[in-house]
Amino acid sequence: MVQSLPAKSGGARFVGALKSGVNFLGVILLTYLGLLAVTFFIGRVMPIDPVLAIVGDRAPEHVVQRVREELGLNKPLYTQFYIYLKKIATGDFGTSVLTSNPVMTDIKRTFPATIELATLGIIIGAGLGIPLGVWAAVRRGGMVDQIVRVMGLIGYSVPIFWLGLMGLVLFYAKLGWIAGPGRIDVSYEYSVTLVSGFLLLDTARQGQWDAFRNVLSHLILPAGLLGYFSLAYISRMTRSFMLNELAQEYVIAARAKGLSETRIIWRHALRNAMVPLVTVVALSYAGLLEGSVLTETVFAWPGLGLYITNSLQNADMNAVLGGTIVVGSIFIGLNLLSDLLYKLLDPRTRIR
Amino acid sequence: MKSMFIRSAAALAVATAFALPATVLAATPKDTLVVTWAIDDIITMDPAEAFEISAGEVMGNSYDRLLRYDVNDPSKLVADVATKWSVSADGKTYTFELRPGVKFASGNALSAEDVVYSLQRAVILDKTPAFILTQFGLTKDNVKDKIKQTGPLTLTMETDQSYAPTFVYNCLTANIASIVDKKLLMSKEASGDMGYGWLKTNYAGSGPMKLREWRANEVIALERNDNYYGEKSKLARVIYRHVKEAATQRLMLEKGDADIARNLQPQDLEALASNKDIKTTATPKGTVWYFSLNQKNPILAKPEVREAFKWLIDYDAIGATMIKNIGIVHQNFLPVGLLGASTDKPYKLDVDKAKALLAKAGYPNGFKITMDMRTTQPIQGMTEAFQQTAKRAGIDIEILPGDGKQTLTKYRARQHDIYIGAWGADYWDPHTNADTFARNPSNADDAKSKPLAWRNAWDIPEMTKKADAAVLERDANKRRVMYTELQAEHRRVGPFVMIGQQIETAAIRSDIQGFKIGPTSDATYMFKVTK
Repeated sequence: MVQSLPAKSGGARFVGALKSGVNFLGVILLTYLGLLAVTFFIGRVMPIDPVLAIVGDRAPEHVVQRVREELGLNKPLYTQFYIYLKKIATGDFGTSVLTSNPVMTDIKRTFPATIELATLGIIIGAGLGIPLGVWAAVRRGGMVDQIVRVMGLIGYSVPIFWLGLMGLVLFYAKLGWIAGPGRIDVSYEYSVTLVSGFLLLDTARQGQWDAFRNVLSHLILPAGLLGYFSLAYISRMTRSFMLNELAQEYVIAARAKGLSETRIIWRHALRNAMVPLVTVVALSYAGLLEGSVLTETVFAWPGLGLYITNSLQNADMNAVLGGTIVVGSIFIGLNLLSDLLYKLLDPRTRIR
Repeated sequence: MKSMFIRSAAALAVATAFALPATVLAATPKDTLVVTWAIDDIITMDPAEAFEISAGEVMGNSYDRLLRYDVNDPSKLVADVATKWSVSADGKTYTFELRPGVKFASGNALSAEDVVYSLQRAVILDKTPAFILTQFGLTKDNVKDKIKQTGPLTLTMETDQSYAPTFVYNCLTANIASIVDKKLLMSKEASGDMGYGWLKTNYAGSGPMKLREWRANEVIALERNDNYYGEKSKLARVIYRHVKEAATQRLMLEKGDADIARNLQPQDLEALASNKDIKTTATPKGTVWYFSLNQKNPILAKPEVREAFKWLIDYDAIGATMIKNIGIVHQNFLPVGLLGASTDKPYKLDVDKAKALLAKAGYPNGFKITMDMRTTQPIQGMTEAFQQTAKRAGIDIEILPGDGKQTLTKYRARQHDIYIGAWGADYWDPHTNADTFARNPSNADDAKSKPLAWRNAWDIPEMTKKADAAVLERDANKRRVMYTELQAEHRRVGPFVMIGQQIETAAIRSDIQGFKIGPTSDATYMFKVTK
């Protein structure tokens, strides 16, 4: 065999890698900067006086003025933004005026609640949604296809808020199968030591199986609901990707070769459909991680979505910006992850 | 055949699920009271700064003060840490004698030194509620001379004028006058902040309950304080869980996962009325609902137009529907329960009268105007009802919906036409509302004080003088009459259309005894509850 291309020298390869690394970092930095700038300026032009959240409606005028100065709100916007960026560079995200805690402390507390919920939700959504979508595509027009279609339609059109309340009425209030709103019963509230903030992990590690079951029973309905909503989306997308693949010539070739139908569907067609599907699942997951405000409201779930929304309504900008950075990081991170998975799944995109 | 069986079985299961009463009842621990409440208004646990409703309740349960008012008769004062109190002949020096042997939850002894420190600290930190104390002429610079320790258990406080003693005592029942643990706070002090940074999320009191934990937007845990001087709390623990959604609160209460639900809507309360496991309790609060007319708007500034609005509200309908169980119709700026509060209700819906007044003002065919509305009940319902009735007199109201902080920001900048709001008494004395509804020392844009009268650009030098005189009247009966007259005049000429007074209703499980909502949030005493 003759090598068609001369091998690159070690040095050139290193420079190339460095270049793409720097490029990549530059893009990420710019993304963050844009994200922060937009959030910051939207926050500042919002017709809500941030001082109001701190001092309340009753504060005498001199207190209002003093706090305005303390917050630097009388400085020009660009100066305020510059000061904020400088602080962030040193890792100081500021203090939330609503909770009196450093913003990152709040996020460390609320984010695990959301991650726990979202992860279970996406496992349910993708775990059921992909097989259902495949099935619907294979038996196009059949019973399963119709059911998936109706489920998708309901998932899109029924407000999660209503479905959540109905779920609570049925499974919690009437049947008593599951525990109610919140993450854990009051009786366990102070017996579990929070280490990671993930109650399932913490209770399991401490061997408190009663509490573990309680946490799971609190989690199952909201996670099931989020799962259902992502299932509705994922199964529809899977179906259309699969239909596309099944019409390809390689499938006909495989059939002609006499491969079993199971093998054609699951090994060949699905593997190809998997490439775009990874993005769909990753973005659904990111959407759930951002925090489903309505679900969190109905289930009194102390998560990130509720935290950011509440902060936004009170113009608590440090908290909103901190939350935005976290949500932004999730999207950037999951996009990167799906890019990596592309490379794993699609041999054409692998760098030789 | 088989699938049909499964299908009908599933249908049957769902049908029975809704028909059957709840069988498995969850229960909260016997020594723990679980309260569902929207507690996202709290920003601090420092009594020198806390001024929010739910924070107020925590302060009332966990901090002692010199005096409290009697929850059963709010016009009476009762001893707390002070056992004797008196005022000098010139009406400017107040003397207090403390209960011996009182201890903080930390174990430190409570002496006059702590009381003096607490009051001075509130004035020096000068946070939002500090005006309740600084209105007696106390400032950062003079407070160390004006409030003095005179013995281990005695102290004096000097005021700049001889105010009505009831006014001064009433103000000292407020949270801002809570007694904090000086020794503990000094040990937590950072760069001379009097423990402010630490106390935001911690506790330094001597009340019947102590604060174990506050996790913002999630939970507040109070525990029995075994060092308390008086009768100890029967409950070992009170847990407030942040549940924003009323329907969720109702489910948790019905199920027994909560003992008390605090934010139920009229329709929830109605539905619970037939449930024998649940009872309700209600108390009129110091909060009034009102419409206000910005006097910067030349149309609204006409006296006839102001009066016309008062005849364009269907008070009866609002009382019977929108605020049923959560409020009563009330047409005066002082809420019932405060000294001198009037219950006169001269106004009712009278479109013809309103039309005649509008014609007199030069608007026989009405006019177009905007109204800022916070998108929350019952505010929204009242606004929409008003829009309907106003239309009958030709007034076309364009509603501008907004979030609470958003409409408030606009209101505070005097940029509204009509605003609908709620105002709660800051402390239990008529001056709190007279100060804001009937006083406007300067109507200038950069005024030092910006009460509600200022926000509506209502320039009232004469009425301001009358309100000032009422707060100095030392004879309680004369003072009462002065407020009654002030309300009558205000009702007639003011740009405020008073609509109702809030009643706070809570639904509680029937095994709970001794729960009573106080007139102010700091007088809802959880330590008196048994279960």
